[in-house]
Amino acid sequence: MTSIPLAYLKNRLITLVLTILIAATLIWIIPRLSPVDPAEIALGRMAAGAGSVANSEEILAQLRASMGIDAPLIVQYARYIGNVLVFDFGISTASFPTPVSALIAQALPWTLGLMILSLIITFIIGNALGAFMAWDRTPKLARVAIPAAMVFTSIPPILSGLLLMWIFAAQLRWFPLTGSYGLNVEPGWDWSFVASVISHGTLPALSIVIVTFGFWALGMRGLMISVQGEDYVKLAEAKGLKPRYILYKYMIRNAILPQITAFALKVGLLIAGQVLVERIFAYNGMGKLLYDAILNQDFPVIQGVSYVIILMTALSVFIVDLLYPLIDPRIRREA
Amino acid sequence: MADTPATPLTRAEKATAKRARRFDNPWLNPKLIWGASLLLGIVALGIIGRLLWNLELVFTGSSLLKIPPIGFENLRGQAGTLANPVGTDGAGRDMLALLIIGAPNTLFVGLMASMIGMTIGIVLGFTAGFVGGRTDDTIRVLSDVMITIPPLLILVVVQSVFGDVSLTLMSLLIAGFVWQSPTRLIRAQVLSMREAGYVQMARLSGASTSHIMFKEMLPNLIPYLFGSFIASVTTSIVTAVGLEVLGLGPQRVPTLGRTIYEAINAGALIQNLWWWWGLPTLLLAVMFIGLLLVNLGLDEVSNPRLRKL
Repeated sequence: MTSIPLAYLKNRLITLVLTILIAATLIWIIPRLSPVDPAEIALGRMAAGAGSVANSEEILAQLRASMGIDAPLIVQYARYIGNVLVFDFGISTASFPTPVSALIAQALPWTLGLMILSLIITFIIGNALGAFMAWDRTPKLARVAIPAAMVFTSIPPILSGLLLMWIFAAQLRWFPLTGSYGLNVEPGWDWSFVASVISHGTLPALSIVIVTFGFWALGMRGLMISVQGEDYVKLAEAKGLKPRYILYKYMIRNAILPQITAFALKVGLLIAGQVLVERIFAYNGMGKLLYDAILNQDFPVIQGVSYVIILMTALSVFIVDLLYPLIDPRIRREA
Repeated sequence: MADTPATPLTRAEKATAKRARRFDNPWLNPKLIWGASLLLGIVALGIIGRLLWNLELVFTGSSLLKIPPIGFENLRGQAGTLANPVGTDGAGRDMLALLIIGAPNTLFVGLMASMIGMTIGIVLGFTAGFVGGRTDDTIRVLSDVMITIPPLLILVVVQSVFGDVSLTLMSLLIAGFVWQSPTRLIRAQVLSMREAGYVQMARLSGASTSHIMFKEMLPNLIPYLFGSFIASVTTSIVTAVGLEVLGLGPQRVPTLGRTIYEAINAGALIQNLWWWWGLPTLLLAVMFIGLLLVNLGLDEVSNPRLRKL
């Protein structure tokens, strides 16, 4: 494989940096549009705890200084951007002395694990099904049955999650209802912990898979139908190439390209959907962290989690964009 | 007299021909009709329900708590009654009244947000495609950037700062995140259409820019616009429901997402109160399936090659 063209790389890199910058800026601006002064809230909490606070003016000024909100806005902004680049989001107000970054570091592996696993499964199942749906030699029954089943894949994962949870956890009790591992196992690399993680992760992963593979299958089917009419496929058939060879080398290879673009656009929705699945399953990932932070009005955590999830999305899109020229030689040649 | 004039068609033949023509119309494909019927069903539930059902029952404590739908029994052995045909929730609200008010609210947020988003998208897309140069670059980069930011996360920050929002405000907030795909789509179409023969023809014959935009180009864009619109309705509703399930969104107006949120928090899944979380989930599923079918139907309108399956 040759290298990625420089102009293309530069273009994608600018988009990545701008995305991160705009997201970070939005997250910073929004709380500042609110008329509420965080220092006054903190003082209010103190007053509620102690009954009354003497020399409140001084304390207010001190609180403002410690939160860094006494500096001019532009200084605050520069400081904030600097901090965000090293993942410093301050200290959680709900679980007080813990830095937000430590909370996120705990939650992130769970989210990433669940995401990567369910993504790989859906991508393979979906694209394979879609390709076979459009293939001439697929049995008629499968061609009718698959699109009919696919209708149910338009619902968001949170709804399928509720349904799976009710059937398999509440009614049949095959899988645990909530959590990411059992209360009776110690985290570690032993068999009982891994088994517990797998049994807790099955339903969340499944609820994402059953609602996302349809997107791939439908898109793939449409693309395959478009590709089928192309002259080079007709030529390959006329040459007498094996149907299986035509399917893999001529049709899927060409039809998969726009699918990868579509995937890059879909990543954001997928990650947001997973956050909600984690929330209903009380799965130890970013979703639960976010939900708990909303309940506790823990702004540093809300900002940190939102930023990290947006960063994850932007990075995944960037990686997909980088892989694209390796699959599609035309982009390499253009530059 | 060489030829006898063609014999006039009989009534039956005319009817057949009319039927054939009707089904030839790509806008009348079964997917589109089914999808639209499902969506209209939700709207009808909202309209007819308001006329026939006592909506005062939506208030907390207006009925007994956790009553099952007719024909079922809850864990306390209470059977469903006619007073609450589809049961009540954990706070004594009638589920039917909740659904009659909540389902159209959820649909309203989706439609309103996408309508605003589409308008922004059409304006920006045409501007980018027509003006070109710096303007085009700015709009293109901006929509590329904004399309990767998941609306849910930014809106979580907004709503956790500002607290309660109204349905309209929530739609406006969501609209800020659904203009990107229409913008990109329209820009791409405009760029390719600009070179098309009929547009060149119109330009050569001295048509004004607005004439070319609205009379020559826009009609060709309509299937794409509808498709894009439906897609953003779906995104908007998913985002709205997501916010509601996280406990944000409108706090005082019943919505399907908020009902699900309350059901999960009250442990409705373990207590087997399936009607509490299940009915809103079902209505949302109907809504999404309806939207998907409409979208597939529109795909067939704009891409005739898909029609053969």
